[in-house]
Amino acid sequence: MDFRDTPEEAEFRTGLRAFLARELPADWTARRPHVGHHPFEQRRAWSRALFDAGYAGLTWPKEYGGGGKPYSHQAIYLEEIGRSGAPEHVGVIGLGMAGPTIMVHGTAKQKQKHLAGILSGDTIFCQGFSEPGSGSDLASVSTRAELDGDSYVVNGQKVWSSWAHVADYCILLTRSDPAERSHRGLTYFVLDMHTPGVEVRPLRQITGDPEFNEIFLSDVRIPVEDVLDAPGNGWAVAMTTLLNERGTLGFALTAHLEHNFLQLLDTVKELGLAGDPLVRDRVAGLYVELEGLRYTNFRSLTKLMKTGIPGPEGSVAKLTWSEANQRLTSVAVDLLGADATLDGAEGFWSGYWQFQQLRSRGNTIEAGTSEVLRNIIAERLVGLPRSR
Amino acid sequence: MDFAFSEEQDLLRDSARSWLAQRYPLHRMAELADSDTGWDPASWRELSELGWLDDDLGMLELAVLAEEAGYALLPAPWWSSIALAAPVLGAGPDRPTTLAWAEPGTPYLLDATATTSAAEDGTGWRLSGTKVRVPDLTMAEQVLVVASAPGGLGVWRVAAADAQIQPTSATDLTRRLATLILDDVTAEQVCVPGAAEERLLAVRRRAGALLACEAVGIMQRALDLAAEHAKQRMQFGRPIGSYQAVSHPIADIYTALSLARSLAYRAAWAVDGAADDVDEAVAVAHLSAGEGAVRACESAIQAMGGIGFTWDHPLHRFYKRAQAIAAFDGTARSRRAEIAAALLD
Repeated sequence: MDFRDTPEEAEFRTGLRAFLARELPADWTARRPHVGHHPFEQRRAWSRALFDAGYAGLTWPKEYGGGGKPYSHQAIYLEEIGRSGAPEHVGVIGLGMAGPTIMVHGTAKQKQKHLAGILSGDTIFCQGFSEPGSGSDLASVSTRAELDGDSYVVNGQKVWSSWAHVADYCILLTRSDPAERSHRGLTYFVLDMHTPGVEVRPLRQITGDPEFNEIFLSDVRIPVEDVLDAPGNGWAVAMTTLLNERGTLGFALTAHLEHNFLQLLDTVKELGLAGDPLVRDRVAGLYVELEGLRYTNFRSLTKLMKTGIPGPEGSVAKLTWSEANQRLTSVAVDLLGADATLDGAEGFWSGYWQFQQLRSRGNTIEAGTSEVLRNIIAERLVGLPRSR
Repeated sequence: MDFAFSEEQDLLRDSARSWLAQRYPLHRMAELADSDTGWDPASWRELSELGWLDDDLGMLELAVLAEEAGYALLPAPWWSSIALAAPVLGAGPDRPTTLAWAEPGTPYLLDATATTSAAEDGTGWRLSGTKVRVPDLTMAEQVLVVASAPGGLGVWRVAAADAQIQPTSATDLTRRLATLILDDVTAEQVCVPGAAEERLLAVRRRAGALLACEAVGIMQRALDLAAEHAKQRMQFGRPIGSYQAVSHPIADIYTALSLARSLAYRAAWAVDGAADDVDEAVAVAHLSAGEGAVRACESAIQAMGGIGFTWDHPLHRFYKRAQAIAAFDGTARSRRAEIAAALLD
């Protein structure tokens, strides 16, 4: 047991810090209430800079253009990016979900076609899993894919797809055999978003921002060579995607929480509340949660590096993070007193905390609701009987 | 970055766990807790033979043992000897030994005042005064006493047989407290006047980190007891663990345990490596595991229904120990205040 960076890790961290200090545009570290503040092409250029410096796809095998680095480097990368306030790589869905899934289930041709572009930021992926009628119960997806000659004809609706408005491809889960039930009869596609019949509509959320999209699919023809893995085997492919989503997600989430925690300390000081014992009590309580997450991530990382497979422990980090972030942002808004609801020019930091607090309500819903995560923990980690 | 125990440390855990399960099953622990002496003095020699008292154990080895001791609620003056006495002596004691620092009105290790006084005459040192809330004093053969002398606070060793010992009534019967009354008792100096504060800080770090590990063991036991019950207990034709109203609070014990465990191990590591942030690491771990163990036991009592509320069921022993850990050398409130000072001042 040793929590210090190895010499190699320390060197990587130092290099990354120097890169961020040199390359990160100064106005990106300023406090901004909204996510889509910077134009997409500016963010793509930043992603390109990350790629050119070797920071995209750190854990991807070298044969696919990745860095071939251990997970610890990815963890350090996420820590430092989070602390610096730098925006994420625009290919986040491709890097963390689509790419690793294609590596496992894709043909040589599919790998050749997609992987390089994900790393450079030239190819943007979105995810087509959730539907209006299928959220936590993902296996109930009803978007239909019917074989017709050498292509499938797809009809249905997907929802909560971030990046869909700029995406080139979508990892799409469909029902190809309506006679089969639940986990069988699903087919997983890599859909070209420029195909006729694909329509993307922004979905305005509680913050007022259109961060997510709906995807409407009307008689969309997808060639059979764009099926990932065998037809009917979509559930297994989707599980690969979700497993990878959880891999080092804990580090990204904790870095996000740490960033917000540092903003909270600044807020406390700026408002002259650092001497208020009630404020101090709550700040310390939040810090304990942050530290608990940080060191639990280290423990999960050690396990991941030994086994190579992210375990269900990732559910613990996601559940804890989401609820801690809700508590933290609520504490922050409470500090603002009579200005608690002002979010425009008159608002504290132009409404930074109002945005963060409202956005945090989605944290316990997206990427696995807290209810589903508690089921996973109860059934798979504690061994309690299934609830259904 | 490596957050794993070594193979040797894992083996140590396995052997500690199987010895405790065999020697101190829950009914035996409860029987001793309700006995006059509170323990089986023969276990001191067994602990010694098993290596629990070896001087070459590092904090990570002690962390493993403390966690297993918490899981079993080991009834023996082990923690007091290795965590309270050893840092003062600079070595592990060869017989059950505890530390007496608290006096009425000054309960905490770093309060650093003592009305108990040490005086030197022609033949040696003699101590007079009263110490309160001394852990495991009724089991100890010798006690290290913080006392005042010209030159400041020092520590002296006295034989338990030379002192008057009055048991204190307290909820936790598995780690008992007692009052120590010294009336001109022969004493041997173990820490010169003026040097006690530094030793007490070392005690605070080691004792706090190991109590956090002990609390992690208690959380694991509360989780296991609650989960076992929820799997077996049938109501409305189904095991109650299949109801989310029951399973989700149990899942929350698991989550809190995961975090507390990470922090407790990290604190133990920080104490040994004398990391810069060792005091903060210990405060955070003690807080997380102390509060976590209390809540885990409360959730387990709820999950167990009526049986968990009875004296016969062992759960209350763990609950009371958890409360004692949370209240040792501070409170959740005072620990949060300490953490806030590091963050905001």
